[in-house]
Amino acid sequence: MNQIDSRAPLSSSIKTAPRRLKLDWLGALPYFGFTFLFLIAPIFYLIIGAFQNPEGDFTFDNMSGLTNTQIAASYWLSIRLSLASAAVGTVSGLLLAHALVLGRLPLWLRRALTAFSGVASNFAGVPLAFAFIATLGRGGLVTVLMRELGFNLYGTGFSLFSFWGLAITYLYFQMPLMLLVITPALEGLRNEWREAAESLGATSVQYWWMVGGPVLAPSVLGCFLLLFANAFGTLATVIALTGSNFSVVPILLFQQIRGNVLYNPNLGYALALGMILIMMVSNLLYLLLRSRAERWQK
Amino acid sequence: MNRRTSLGSWLIVIVALLYFFVPLYAAFQFSLQMKRGEWSFAAYESVFKSDVFVNALSFSVIASFAAIFFGAILVVPTAYWVRLRLPKLRPIVEFISLLPLIIPSVVLVFGHIRMFGSSSFLPFTSSDWGTNALLVIGYVVLSLPYMFRAVDNGMAAIDIATLTEAAEILGASRFRIIVDVIFPNIRAAIVSGAFLTFAICLGDFAIASLLNRQSFGPYMVQLGQDRAYEPAALTIMSFGLTWVLMALIQAAANRKPGQALFFTFRKTGTTP
Repeated sequence: MNQIDSRAPLSSSIKTAPRRLKLDWLGALPYFGFTFLFLIAPIFYLIIGAFQNPEGDFTFDNMSGLTNTQIAASYWLSIRLSLASAAVGTVSGLLLAHALVLGRLPLWLRRALTAFSGVASNFAGVPLAFAFIATLGRGGLVTVLMRELGFNLYGTGFSLFSFWGLAITYLYFQMPLMLLVITPALEGLRNEWREAAESLGATSVQYWWMVGGPVLAPSVLGCFLLLFANAFGTLATVIALTGSNFSVVPILLFQQIRGNVLYNPNLGYALALGMILIMMVSNLLYLLLRSRAERWQK
Repeated sequence: MNRRTSLGSWLIVIVALLYFFVPLYAAFQFSLQMKRGEWSFAAYESVFKSDVFVNALSFSVIASFAAIFFGAILVVPTAYWVRLRLPKLRPIVEFISLLPLIIPSVVLVFGHIRMFGSSSFLPFTSSDWGTNALLVIGYVVLSLPYMFRAVDNGMAAIDIATLTEAAEILGASRFRIIVDVIFPNIRAAIVSGAFLTFAICLGDFAIASLLNRQSFGPYMVQLGQDRAYEPAALTIMSFGLTWVLMALIQAAANRKPGQALFFTFRKTGTTP
């Protein structure tokens, strides 16, 4: 057994040696085959379908159908929600990262919060929604506490199952994500720059306005776009919080796949294409801005 | 000046900590209130006793193991071969592996359902096992970015050209090189990719729901509509599970070759 084992591969590799040069690409075939069949082809299937009518003829009707009131409202809601949650996430995550990196806080605290962020940024979806229902729902801990203190949260028009309720819930994975992606950029701010600015008589505000801010700006903007895309694709959290009453784009697409609520299967393709385009643009800009920001980090 | 910066920083951190921990505490407290007038773990018991929970969880665990297995079989030989023989293709392979990050899972499953429907050339959805296979395939695709990056980083850390040459001189076949030489050296990388895959599969709602699979995600959504206290108990458990998974990923990522994977405490700075 051993003899065969050690001899057979040797002879076979000698035989195939001259031929291998031409056949190297065969080794990558399973990967390209799999990704083509199950990733690229389905996406192109949707893209092509977005430009066809049910009979298979070319048309722009589906794409212009995206402007119909229900769909346009859905996109507008999704974009506003994603912008709001990305803005809140960017600002709060930046403040937190600034406090942890430059705030002279104990190192253990920074380590603990970074580790926690790794967990929290992955803690999206259904359980997150449940945690917030227990906190800010009608009978939630904080809601009840506020009521006992004489403040009726739901009397102000706030509801966990509305726009700002969702934005606050999204913040639970947005802020940690921001902390994780912006920390390297903050660490890249050199002490020398600050010292140089201070020795020239700059105040803290001047330093941030003229040195720190401009250096950080591409990173911050890039991270904002990443957070935007992250919020835009969120489905499970919304479903667990609101059922499917809150019709952001992923929900509308979900319902369309389930039961053709738009009464036109090809309109679903256009809906999906719109999502892909928005995700693609924000991610591409993120990558572009990141590579620009990296020029300052060495 | 210094003291004020520090005070502001403390304030920000305390507010953030409150925001992070109050929902967890609220869910925990709520999960203990199932029996009126006393604290109890009744909600947890009720979850574990339910057959639906056990079935949904075991279905998801099996699906995620299958996704991890097939993902590793797909990615490891490819990453190895591309690094060794086809370095020019590497940017393309990497780019494709990143694509799922910009494709929301609801869009991906939409494409799958339409392309592999019952009247198509590959009618996955017309049979039960075919639909299960399509679910696993969807998970493999979704975890591709994490799996590829983990494995490719693992390969960057070892000298695969020299290892391959050494194994070839000893007469090993391609298959044996991958299984007996490359695989053990990047085990830690595969494990870290595997845990992320596991987290994705367990948290997935869109794919399983649209393929009508009774997995963990749809089960949790249903439970949230039917019950009050059990969802809070599930939240605490899944947060704990996420925490454990992330700790294991850290452990796998920090592990040095030859070191045991689990149950070893790292002594920082003492290893030569």
